[in-house]
Amino acid sequence: MSEQETVVNITVNGQPVEAQPGEWVIAAAERAGVYIPHFCYHPRMNSVGMCRMCIVDIDTGRGPALQPSCMVAVTEGMVVDTTSDQTRKAQDGVLEFLLLNHPLDCPVCDKGGECPLQDQTMAYGPGESRFVEEKRHFEKPIPVNDLVYLDRERCILCDRCTRFADEVAGDPLITFQDRGDQTQVNTFPDLPFSSYFSGNTVQICPVGALTAVPYRFKARPWDLTEVESTYPNPMGDRVVVQASRDQVLRYQGVDSDAVNWGWLTDKDRFSFEAAASDLRLQTPLLRGTPLGRPDPGGSELVETTWRQALSQAADAIKGAIACNGPQSVAVLGGARLTNEDQYVWARLAKGVIGTDNVDAQLDDGLPADAVLGLPRATINRACTPGGTVILLAPDPKEEQGTLYLRLRHAVVNDGVQLIEITPRSTGLSHLAAHRLHHRPGEAAAVATALVGGDIDPGPDGDIGGAPAADVAAAATALADRADQPITVILGRPSLAESADFTLDAAAELARFANLLNAGGRPGIAFLPALHRGNVLGALDMGLAPGLLPGRTTLADGGSALAESWGSVPSAPGQDARGILKAAAEGRIDVLILLGADPLGDYPNAEQAEEALNRVGTIIASDLFLNPSAARAHIVFPAAGFAERRGTHTNLEGRITSQRQIITPPGTARADWAIATELARQLGADFGFGSPEDVWEEIARVAPSHRNLSSQAIEAADDGVVVADSSIEFAPPDAPTSAPHIDAYSLRLVSARRMYDRGTLVQHAGSLAGLAPTAVLSVNPYDFDRVGVEPGTDVQVISHVGEMDMPVVADPGVPRGTAAFGYNYPDLDVRDLVDPEAAVTDLRIQTR
Amino acid sequence: MARLNANNLTVAQDILSRYPVPRSALIPLLHLAQEQDGYVAEDAMAHIAELVGVTPAEVMGTCSFYEMLKREPVGDYMVNICNGISCHLLGSSELIHHAEATLGVRPGGTTDDGKITLEAVECIAACTEAPCLQINYRYRNQVTTEDFDQLVEDLRDGTAGVAPHGQLAKVRQHIGDDRRAGVSPPDGQGEPAWMARNPSDNGDGS
Amino acid sequence: MSAPAPQDLRIITSRFDVEDGHTLAGYERTGGYAGLRRAMEMAPADVHGEVRTASLLGRGGAGFPAGVKWGFCPPGVWPRYLVVNGDESEPGTYKDRLLMERDPHQLIEGCLIACYALGLSQCFLYVRGEMAHAQERLAAALNEAYEAGYVGANVLGAEDFSVDITLHWGAGAYIVGEETALIESLEGDRGMPRLKPPYFPASIGLYGKPTIVNNVETLANLPWIVSNGGEAFAAMGAENSTGTRVFAVSGHVATPGVFEVPFGTTTFRDIIFDPLYAGGMRPGRTLKTFIPGGASAPWFFEEHLDLPLEKTTVDQAGSMLGSGAIVVMDDTTDVVKACHNVVRFFARESCGKCTPCREGTSWLEKILSRILAGQGRSQDLDLLMDVCDNISPGINWPPRQTTICPLGPSAVSPIASALERFRSEFEAYLPATAVAVTTSAGAVS
Ligand SMILES: Cc1cc2nc3c(=O)[nH]c(=O)nc-3n(C[C@H](O)[C@H](O)[C@H](O)COP(=O)(O)O)c2cc1C
Ligand code: SF4
Ligand code: FES
Repeated sequence: MSEQETVVNITVNGQPVEAQPGEWVIAAAERAGVYIPHFCYHPRMNSVGMCRMCIVDIDTGRGPALQPSCMVAVTEGMVVDTTSDQTRKAQDGVLEFLLLNHPLDCPVCDKGGECPLQDQTMAYGPGESRFVEEKRHFEKPIPVNDLVYLDRERCILCDRCTRFADEVAGDPLITFQDRGDQTQVNTFPDLPFSSYFSGNTVQICPVGALTAVPYRFKARPWDLTEVESTYPNPMGDRVVVQASRDQVLRYQGVDSDAVNWGWLTDKDRFSFEAAASDLRLQTPLLRGTPLGRPDPGGSELVETTWRQALSQAADAIKGAIACNGPQSVAVLGGARLTNEDQYVWARLAKGVIGTDNVDAQLDDGLPADAVLGLPRATINRACTPGGTVILLAPDPKEEQGTLYLRLRHAVVNDGVQLIEITPRSTGLSHLAAHRLHHRPGEAAAVATALVGGDIDPGPDGDIGGAPAADVAAAATALADRADQPITVILGRPSLAESADFTLDAAAELARFANLLNAGGRPGIAFLPALHRGNVLGALDMGLAPGLLPGRTTLADGGSALAESWGSVPSAPGQDARGILKAAAEGRIDVLILLGADPLGDYPNAEQAEEALNRVGTIIASDLFLNPSAARAHIVFPAAGFAERRGTHTNLEGRITSQRQIITPPGTARADWAIATELARQLGADFGFGSPEDVWEEIARVAPSHRNLSSQAIEAADDGVVVADSSIEFAPPDAPTSAPHIDAYSLRLVSARRMYDRGTLVQHAGSLAGLAPTAVLSVNPYDFDRVGVEPGTDVQVISHVGEMDMPVVADPGVPRGTAAFGYNYPDLDVRDLVDPEAAVTDLRIQTR
Repeated sequence: MARLNANNLTVAQDILSRYPVPRSALIPLLHLAQEQDGYVAEDAMAHIAELVGVTPAEVMGTCSFYEMLKREPVGDYMVNICNGISCHLLGSSELIHHAEATLGVRPGGTTDDGKITLEAVECIAACTEAPCLQINYRYRNQVTTEDFDQLVEDLRDGTAGVAPHGQLAKVRQHIGDDRRAGVSPPDGQGEPAWMARNPSDNGDGS
Repeated sequence: MSAPAPQDLRIITSRFDVEDGHTLAGYERTGGYAGLRRAMEMAPADVHGEVRTASLLGRGGAGFPAGVKWGFCPPGVWPRYLVVNGDESEPGTYKDRLLMERDPHQLIEGCLIACYALGLSQCFLYVRGEMAHAQERLAAALNEAYEAGYVGANVLGAEDFSVDITLHWGAGAYIVGEETALIESLEGDRGMPRLKPPYFPASIGLYGKPTIVNNVETLANLPWIVSNGGEAFAAMGAENSTGTRVFAVSGHVATPGVFEVPFGTTTFRDIIFDPLYAGGMRPGRTLKTFIPGGASAPWFFEEHLDLPLEKTTVDQAGSMLGSGAIVVMDDTTDVVKACHNVVRFFARESCGKCTPCREGTSWLEKILSRILAGQGRSQDLDLLMDVCDNISPGINWPPRQTTICPLGPSAVSPIASALERFRSEFEAYLPATAVAVTTSAGAVS
């Protein structure tokens, strides 16, 4: 397209403005620096033109006429006047109308000081009210759910929250009710606005009608200081962190075009409560007696100094190296740290200690080569209008909330076709063009048929449990759109089956990608959907066995890095599973846990227990004394989000900055500093005095990040996407096959839910109660076969364990499958799963 | 009160079959619920939400917009006195005052015996017959205060011949299966066949 | 004065006096469904052509030519729908209900003709919720018509022409008469108007598809037009207001009633004063003012009586024929109360979507209530006008609006009309001190 066609020339208040075709007048004016007041317009939602605040004189050749600038698209030659007498009078009139029934309680309103209505009133509003009648009354604030209150008297009926619930979140549980000047926003009686995204309504409410329980009355906007930052979740959601008196009080989403469009999940938004928890670690701890005296064999953890803690840790490591070699030291975790933290720990482990027994994932993700070795997509690529998304991952609504919102928008509004290859329905299923719900462990069969064009149904007329006809239809649909971008969201759909099944399926798609991508088409790219906050950064920084910083392997990049680091391990080490196995067998002397909790989080609870029992010295760096850290011998209190600077890498490989706004509690320190200090105690001087120093080294030694300066990251609005990688995806040599299932059993699917027993959720007072209680979900048609009644308590038996729980009917679970959440606070699915087996089959019986 | 009963569920399915998009049946189904219970119960709204595939909150949003749909029980007879401009000019205010005095309730109120709910309503399209009123949406024209008293008596006696609140038309639309043109979803349809006709065709098929 | 319309000039109310005119038997006996048969012998485009030639103006209020509106359906976009606007709720309006109750088959036939002409694949007959009898008559008529093969699969046995008519009714909301709100309502939503553009549902309407929304009376004319030809229709009435039209004359007249008269040639004086029609004022009374076209229309006075009931003329005189509702007020009328009555209507019926209407109309109503209660302030009359101006800038006709739809500005009409003409009656309601302030502030009165 030529320049001519991509620009629409309009005039705003006498100034020529170049607008984009299809752009609303209000947006074009704003880009040109002319602010048009508005309440209902929100750039991320459909315009409704209801509040009428944005009416301005627009002349399209037939003379100026008052029109809502939020719903009139620019046309060539259009003349806009936002200052004409007619515009002023109309806007003043609307403002007066809005204020008629709006309480004048700004001094006690949470929104006071950051309220567009208040601002407008100050700027233009009439001095004295001409309204002498009685204002509208509603019962005082009502909860619309556990997190959000609604004060209907303050509501100006802009439709933002209700539109958000419907259009963006897909949870239309708050609606307009009644009519005319009695119109109000409300829920259905006793049916709360249960949405993972409800906090966004508070952020976009233009007045103080919606308030967040965790923030209510905590601070006034003018007391807050703020920084822009990146929330440490896999999406790297852009946020503003607001604090007052050295305490974080609020996160607000930032409208980043590339990432979260301003949205946040409630889980992330309200997690600031956890950061301020009284249970945060404040000082280093060592083993000691109940009287507080240090004693390596002591039953308690007692407070100590950093010097003591660091030197004991160094001694333990030195001892281990001396006795059993560097491989007797292992590092687990680190996926929630900043890139800088991760880099320094990686250098400490691999360059100083000399161990490659390092893994940031706890056997619940995907191997590094599957993440770094496949062509990487961006979120925007996945959302390209007309493209295709193949979901081979857990439910994004549960795990990557804002990715769910982006995908939902793309499917609903931009014609993206979604093909699900998942073991059960997801939050997107009702929007999916093709739902290929397979039996656990059989994703690869579906993937093969989908891209191979070879539909060969099994004896039951299905492929891996998905109806063959559905697979065929999806294959046709995929082929029909093969000239548009195809994006695979790749993750571990179920923790109750071997990761190899997913890798086999990914391998099929990758083969197809090679074919397609060769044809000069946009082809296939992958978007890894892994669970922990900065797991992509961890892999980039080398926190995985066989890996070095900069997406290179020990084999390929070892010699180059050895020059900077002095040395690197000579052979690849063990992953989490290997490390814990070795530990359980007594081959690990020092285990360093970086915000990791194998006891709570590792799929094989028994092995984690044995491992922690056998390890000589456990060193934990953490925010909280989680169950594993409580077993440590040395505990370092770490600084958390907003308490330190650094960078973050999201699932696209996008690097953005995290900024500090408060000081860490007590003497807690950033992990990069802890690792630097520990290295010094081990005789290595890294010379790092700041995270910028660390980044400078990363940009020097990490091939994929080479020459990427901190300044460049700071300067870019949406950060910088790192795409290079020299890693190659190495799928399993031979496909794994799922064993036959007998007629009385159900095959288990287990994935995480948004609210679980995770540390952050459980330490955020407002969120802790939202975690659901455990239930086993079974397809309604399977009850007869297995002989139990829906809604009853049943006994669930696998060949490694059994437990009692309620069973419920859920049509989203395919027949022959049973679904159970991974991380319920009350019941632990790990007691049923055999981590060595490829799949887990269950029997259910009435108690 | 209740979800739709088995009988009404069948009626509901028939109603749903006439719309290309289920949600369009929302208001007819709310009327059906009101016919069943005399008002639209919350359970009925939740049931209808299931039937048309929306949330109960969305049903509430629609239901609460429309004046005829009552979300609380009302009297057996809604007496709606028109207060539109034409009736106003011919004495509707006096008629309303008279009704208030006779029934002992204000507009919106229900008599103690639960029989009559009085409402003052906007124009009911009988302007040349002013002042007029409706009992359960059946007209009474040029109503004098004497007529009104007689009406109240008849309603209390049960001799007014008016069906209980909730029922509107006594005849339902019925389409025999062989007579349906058939409803299809709004997407993926082509030009209807008859548009290809030209004048020389004899289209009446006889 | 032109001659009163002879009986044979009644086109669409011709069966009002036929006892069984609402039944299929009565309808067929009196020539029913001949128009449909005739239409089906023609090419669809030619049927559309006849309607164009007839220059049939929409009878729902806006008076837009039906044939032209039909032409706005974008070519090649299917399906297209027909929605019949039977929501008749504008105060003073009373004709569609009679057409539905007394001659339901005529409307059904009109729908079929429209569907045939434009390729509309389904028709929704949206009847006002409060009209139980009309719903009943239409349901019965539809059942007969389906049974007899006029509606449904293979209309009149034709292989290629099938169309369903779905009877649907509302649940009490005046705004649903506005065509985009009607569509929202038909989609199961709150009946709130959609924003323009698109200006006509003909391009994007029900389910986002091209949709023709026509008034009951508009469609009821089609059987006659197709049977007798568009030219015959255009020959009746005036050049830009063809055919006949049904007017309801209510209020302070001797014989209120619903009258079908030649469109465009009959005058207000004819229809209000002629003994064949409303028969003039009640004994001993004189005309004070009248609303020429439903509650939304600015009021007319004595000097407007000789205007013909013709669209352009009435528009130019600063009001509208609207929905064919003439409400007559004599010298006994308390205009403040009458004005309040109409404003209250719009305040109660505002859908609440846009701010100026939601807040403005109810504010106007509150001010008027206060004035009526003797609590008026001297500044209230100017305030009323200024609030009106904020809803409808300039307070002109046709109205400009800060609102989404014309409902809000409709509340301005009665205030502007009454205050301009009868300001002293408003002032009389103000407490004595309040009036004194007004006069001392320099008002000439
Ligand atoms: C507030 C408002 C109420 C209306 N009410 C009605 C109505 O009750 N009946 C009707 O036919 N048209 C009504 N209309 C006009 C419709 O929007 C639409 O113009 C008409 O149904 C088109 O049909 P026609 O072209 O056959 O007149 C109303 C318009 C507005 C703005
Ligand atoms: S003008 Fe009134 S009725 Fe029309 S959209 Fe606005 S609020 Fe609704
Ligand atoms: S911002 Fe345009 S009408 Fe509200």
